[in-house]
Amino acid sequence: MEFLHIDKSMEELRESFKSRRTRSVAWRKSQLKGLLRLLEEKEEEIFRALQEDIGKPRVEAYRDEVAVIKKSLDLSLACLEEWMASKKVRVPIIAFPTSGEVVPEPLGVVLIISSWNCPFGLSLDPLVGAIAAGNAAVVKPSELAPASSAFMANNLPNYLDNKAVKVIQGGVSVTEQLLDKKWDKILFTGSARVGRIVMTAAAKHLTPVILELGGKCPAIYDTLSSSMDTRVNLLKDQIKKSYGDNPREISMTRIINKHHFQRLRSILKDPKVAASVVHGGSMDEDNLFIEPTILMNPPLDSDIMTEEIFGPLLPIITLEKIEDSIEFISSRPQPLAIYVFTKNETLKKRVISETSSGSVTFNDCIIQYVLDTLPFGGVGQSGFGKYHGKFSFDAFSHEKAVLRRSFITEFSFGYPPWNDYKLRFIRAAFSFDYIALFLLFVGLKRS
Amino acid sequence: MANKRVDMPLMAFPTTGEIVPEPLGLVLIFSSWNFPVGLALEPLIGAISAGNTSVLKPSELAPASSSLLTILVPFYLDNKAVMVIEGGAPVAQRLLDIRWDKIFFTGSPRIGRIIMSSAVKHLTPVTLELGGKCPAIVDTLTSSKDREVVAKRIIGGKWVPCNGQGCIAIDYLLVEEKFATAMVDLLKSTLKRFYGENPRESNSLSRIVNKQHFMRLKGLLNDPGVAASIAHGGVVDDDKLYIEPTIMVDPPLDAEIMIEEIFGPLLPIITLKKIEDSIGFINSKPKALAVYIFTRDETLKKRVISETSSGSVTVNDAVIQYVCDTLPFGGIGQSGFGRYHGKFSFDTFSHEKAVMRRPFLDFNFRYPPWNNNKLQFLRSVYNLDYFKLFLLFLGLKK
Repeated sequence: MEFLHIDKSMEELRESFKSRRTRSVAWRKSQLKGLLRLLEEKEEEIFRALQEDIGKPRVEAYRDEVAVIKKSLDLSLACLEEWMASKKVRVPIIAFPTSGEVVPEPLGVVLIISSWNCPFGLSLDPLVGAIAAGNAAVVKPSELAPASSAFMANNLPNYLDNKAVKVIQGGVSVTEQLLDKKWDKILFTGSARVGRIVMTAAAKHLTPVILELGGKCPAIYDTLSSSMDTRVNLLKDQIKKSYGDNPREISMTRIINKHHFQRLRSILKDPKVAASVVHGGSMDEDNLFIEPTILMNPPLDSDIMTEEIFGPLLPIITLEKIEDSIEFISSRPQPLAIYVFTKNETLKKRVISETSSGSVTFNDCIIQYVLDTLPFGGVGQSGFGKYHGKFSFDAFSHEKAVLRRSFITEFSFGYPPWNDYKLRFIRAAFSFDYIALFLLFVGLKRS
Repeated sequence: MANKRVDMPLMAFPTTGEIVPEPLGLVLIFSSWNFPVGLALEPLIGAISAGNTSVLKPSELAPASSSLLTILVPFYLDNKAVMVIEGGAPVAQRLLDIRWDKIFFTGSPRIGRIIMSSAVKHLTPVTLELGGKCPAIVDTLTSSKDREVVAKRIIGGKWVPCNGQGCIAIDYLLVEEKFATAMVDLLKSTLKRFYGENPRESNSLSRIVNKQHFMRLKGLLNDPGVAASIAHGGVVDDDKLYIEPTIMVDPPLDAEIMIEEIFGPLLPIITLKKIEDSIGFINSKPKALAVYIFTRDETLKKRVISETSSGSVTVNDAVIQYVCDTLPFGGIGQSGFGRYHGKFSFDTFSHEKAVMRRPFLDFNFRYPPWNNNKLQFLRSVYNLDYFKLFLLFLGLKK
């Protein structure tokens, strides 16, 4: 059954793209406005779905998902014509009156696969780019966030052109079937393991991909004139202020499911790791709750320090001097982001130039996600490709080169039969040596 | 190499943002045999400018060029940072096992797939410069001067680039039925001017690269429907690996010559009732690296640009887009992905790192415990509603 449904969907999407309907400014704007209306009218339902899937507090659901998508929609609506416009390029005078331009065009039918931690944001933010660029699209939300997935499948058709934008739900087997098809681009957010599966499938059809993966994002915490104890206590205090004395009772995002809960629990079970816990550590399997936990110098070869944690456990690694953090970070796979809390300008410069990551943020975290004049994407093990803001439009566009030549200018030295004389002409042309060219034309330079 | 400041919304003041280009690391460049020096060194220029260390793997089907690069590169460059590694498929396989920070490949789609599949292991980003059947639409031209220019440029786009063995060489022509005979005659006389009565003796034509490709091209001509459509040429010399510049008019559309990339000195001419039909014809085939259109009709030009998809479109010339490096050079669909030339080469081998500097200035509404008041703050921030934000701060809106 799923098989037929996917085939039929692909046919419809291809037809829609072929009909050129998705290319018009009017269509793109109507779809983007449709998404805006959906966010406005269905905000409460979205909050409820996120609460159900992962216990995400309303304010975080707004701040991290709804508001981010809305911001992208507003930007795309405001800038669409500008982004769609052809851009003239300079052509050397020697080629006069040749003209050149770069013409953005949609890729065709694209696939967006999103992760469960930010199910709306990671599905719809890329979709904004895909639509703005004029493509037909399929969104495959994570099956580990079923309420959000169902919401999108049930509601998007009411606000968007459902022959050109589709939500296809399902797990591994549906994803495999989708990956078998020929897409013009795939944007994947998730783990490196599944990223490899996506890229392998894409290779069959020579489909370009964007892989937004993860990594162990480090935060360098410079001394800032307070001792280590003071800083750990500061953290403990802030946790208490944010979550109260008993975080279990407050609205806090849950661990997504039993599998991840058990993964995190076993990370903490390592005796040496358990011994390094300085705050928290309590767990409640029934409610999939793990207390915000701080660890001091767990062993560097333990899982907690080699795998991406993706949970509420915060190891603190101490160093002799803060500059050692650079070597520490560089000797490990490149992460999606590096954070540095410092007032030391030299340290900042060194981190930028001596480490490699998707991004570097000074004196804050995460917020680079919403400032969309900056590209969002990884390098090395954290992935490749980028999006957000105009980068989303570019991610789903092909920049076609267009060169216009005239019939007027025509030089015989450009054609066979070849001889040394013509070679001189060609050398002069490539060197922009106008004098030599002139002399050759006038016959004053001969072989 | 310079950092580029980006604008930040006033709401985020005094946050600053910039994009910092950094090298990817260790890159691998595969080049093809038709332009063995150019396709090796042009990407290398981008890799070096962007600050990477590089390995060149030139095609073993161009052994003299491969050897020369192996000898010269260490002599002129830092041979601990730029290396040439020679060899065939086994060497390439071994290279693909290693972890690269980028792989740049020019060649056939078949090998492109193998490269991309290998790159999966280490999640290595790739640029694939492939090929395709690059069509040239030739409108019915009346002016004899225009016709002459077009004939020269078509030959310049078909046989001049390595005797048709080029990724952006014209693969086939699309003309109106009524213009076909004139087109063939024009091409014949211009071919004679360029290559003489007996092109076998001209020293202005590249050879077919090897026996395997020679046999492949000969095989294309052996199809009876194709052989019957030959309007010029067709002479083949097995010993010299020579195939005369050959023109066919309307070979069968399901013959191999009209399905596979020709990559040789054979030029099919497909006739149509009207020239606008060329758009549908092109769209029924995989996307090519380049589409060429020779015409004075502005409407047709616009239609081709907006209704077909290809790496590039060149109007009234062919192949020359390769040297205009303010234009990106790369494919789409089956002709590949990624691009280079000019600054695009630098970018292709760079990572544009996002760097953001925030002040310590902070606001409570950013942190839990959450409540409706904080939600209101966040809404005003996202809506850039400064007035409401101000009121919230003063406690006038709760």
